[in-house]
Amino acid sequence: MDKLLLTVAKRVGLGLITLWIISLLIFLAVEMLPGDIATEILGQMATPETVASIREKLGLEQPLHVRYWDWMLGIFQGDFGQSLATDRDVMDMLDSRLVNTLYLAGFAAAVSVPLALALGITAALYRNSVVDRAVSMFTLSAISMPEFFIAYVLILFVAVQLGWVPSMSKVEVGMPFWERLHMTLLPALALTFVTCAHMMRMTRAALINLLSSSYIEMARLKGLGAWQVIIHHALPNAWAPIVNVIAMNLAYLITGVVVVEIVFVYPGLGQLMVDSVSKRDLPVVQAASLIFAATYILFNLVADVIAIVSNPKLLHPK
Amino acid sequence: MKEVKCSAVKAGITRRSFLGMGGALGVAATSAGSLVLPAFASETATPARGGHFRLGLSRGSTSDTLNPAHFADVFMQSLGFAIHNYLTEIDEEGQLKGELAESWEPSKDAKQWVFQLREGVTFHDGRSLTSEDVVASFNHHRGDDSTSAAKGMVDPIESITTDGPHKVVFTLKEGNADFAYITSDYHLAILPSNEGKIDPASGIGCGGFKLKSFEPGVEAVVERNPDYWKSDRAWFDSVSFLSITDEAARTNALRTGQIDAMDRVDLKTVNLLEMDPDIQVNTVESDQIYYFPMNVQAKPFDDNNVRLALKHAVDREDMVERVLKGYGRVANDHPIGGSYRYFADLPQRQYDPDKARHYLKKAGYDSLNLDLSTSDAVFTGAVDAAVLYKEHAADAGININVIREPADGYWENVWMKRPWCMSYSSPRGTADWFFSQYFAGDASWNDTNWNNDRFNHLLNEARSELDEERRAQMYAEMQSLIHEQGGRVSPMFSSYVSAANRKVGHGRIGTNRDMDGNRIAERWWFKG
Repeated sequence: MDKLLLTVAKRVGLGLITLWIISLLIFLAVEMLPGDIATEILGQMATPETVASIREKLGLEQPLHVRYWDWMLGIFQGDFGQSLATDRDVMDMLDSRLVNTLYLAGFAAAVSVPLALALGITAALYRNSVVDRAVSMFTLSAISMPEFFIAYVLILFVAVQLGWVPSMSKVEVGMPFWERLHMTLLPALALTFVTCAHMMRMTRAALINLLSSSYIEMARLKGLGAWQVIIHHALPNAWAPIVNVIAMNLAYLITGVVVVEIVFVYPGLGQLMVDSVSKRDLPVVQAASLIFAATYILFNLVADVIAIVSNPKLLHPK
Repeated sequence: MKEVKCSAVKAGITRRSFLGMGGALGVAATSAGSLVLPAFASETATPARGGHFRLGLSRGSTSDTLNPAHFADVFMQSLGFAIHNYLTEIDEEGQLKGELAESWEPSKDAKQWVFQLREGVTFHDGRSLTSEDVVASFNHHRGDDSTSAAKGMVDPIESITTDGPHKVVFTLKEGNADFAYITSDYHLAILPSNEGKIDPASGIGCGGFKLKSFEPGVEAVVERNPDYWKSDRAWFDSVSFLSITDEAARTNALRTGQIDAMDRVDLKTVNLLEMDPDIQVNTVESDQIYYFPMNVQAKPFDDNNVRLALKHAVDREDMVERVLKGYGRVANDHPIGGSYRYFADLPQRQYDPDKARHYLKKAGYDSLNLDLSTSDAVFTGAVDAAVLYKEHAADAGININVIREPADGYWENVWMKRPWCMSYSSPRGTADWFFSQYFAGDASWNDTNWNNDRFNHLLNEARSELDEERRAQMYAEMQSLIHEQGGRVSPMFSSYVSAANRKVGHGRIGTNRDMDGNRIAERWWFKG
């Protein structure tokens, strides 16, 4: 167990260093984009004088490293700074958006993870049968369609023609749970379509791989049923790769859903990030991208820990 | 003041009636075969009070702010007109009228303007409107450290002083007979003054609605101001402004009844929307112009023959038909359209490849290879328009290489930087306003680098000229100078196309800006 803790601690340390490198890269990348907040705020109305005044007011005249240093100092004091465009506290801006994003991701995951696992196990069990092919065909065609297309098709049939759910997922703070569920049904469904295939395929592949190994053969010879073999013998050893894919998909549900957010007018983090990048609102971009990066790092870590716990052999590489 | 105002009405009346007819015909033509009525058929409907109006708008962003100096696009402009009042207003008919200003009077040389404020107007926080508030509100945009997008507009003001609690005196650096129009600009909202300064982020104004909540990029909610001084405006109990950037999402929200009205209908599918009996599509002819600015100081555009060749090499009708799907009309290489007071109806330039070739030859070319930078950031379909132009111009021996630039940063990196690109501009209240911003030799947004002595001279003269007839002549000459020598190929004016459900009523829709001059919240109502 000590070894596990040590591994986790090491990984957290590495994660922090990764975060720092990412913050540096994002800072430089936004800096290299043409224009800055001053020209973006004023748009076609920009004149050299007003642009200069805005830059001066926001301290953009200072050299890059000074601004980065100031920003880093703020972070260590728990202050993510103010939005350059709106003057609002970045943390306040992110607050409700993050909750919305996590909620939608949670909803989508609650549907898609069990569904993908069930489909994957079924497919592995009846491999090369009609069921297997149908499941594969369905999930693969869902994933090969662009997200916005799936979203529009869902809206057209479920919202516009049948009128079961609203086309616009306008959630508000303090909305009752069931109402929120109803409001976000379509985006969650769209995300399920998008993420299911990866997880299902991985589950199927990992299980099929194991099903040919000798200890499974042994279990079968002992007369265990097909489901029992899968659940009790194959699955525990297949977790490592499956959990990894699940982790990647969960991270994607939080960081990559901007298209779905736009189509369903969902006030999540993605839209905030896109708007802030296009306005060159650096403090907001930085904070949002750190959240995204941290999400990936965290999910990876959790996936690894789960994999190790389920198969301690991984702690002792040969 | 009387003189200026009266003659404005005289000059405008025929044009307006003409435009009105044009609008009606346009709508009837585009909606033929469906049940859609002309845009202002409900003009006779009597307004009713009450209801919660939900408006879906295209251009909201998480970086929007309540600071009127940085109002950027239709979302904040419409919200601004809901919570704020301005000194003057462009009404539905395109005429200038007083809002917070009851009357105004220029001096003989149009250098000094005295505005008489309406009495008994209160801000949302209960304070009364005084001349101090107007001074502070204008000063917010002035001065060396101003960050306001309206700075260029208020720069010609030398000083603003008060003369009693309800009189404001503007002294201009040079005479400007159109100054009162400038004060209707959406940036120049009147906010309450605290010791000479306004709090730009307060959202407190004296408009028809009070700000209740504002989440940038998501939604703004306003509630009716019970003390509003206009009794025949602000009919709704409350209004939600929803930011819906995706066209399809906006359309779906309207069709499923989640919003009551939306801006910027997708022109590719508008015919389908018109088939929905619950929806009214409102088409308003406007003088919003789409154009191709050339840098006339760069080769080969420094030769006017090349400019003329390019102006003859575009098929305007085809472009209106294919890019705007008929929701617009041809323009004539100058930006002043029919809604302007001094619109000069010059002979329409036609698509004529032979003539284009002729001018090309005169400039010493047999054929010409040109780069044209564009992006859909300019308007939806801008890239299509450029490609269409390439097809048209090929017949005249002009090879246009269309370069698709990233939408992000277009105005910073392409516009006014590349020798030839695309742009658009919204109508301004007056020709002088437009010319001073885009065509004067020293204008900040002189995107063609055009510096014509005769034009500059006329522009300066006409600005302080109070004799209507001479003024009209001068503006006509300026328009023909732009038409003949200017650096813009201006093929089309686009209409504003919006949609609403049938429960919503409205009068004639203003043409000066999108969504009824951005005043939809104040002017529209639910049918009883």
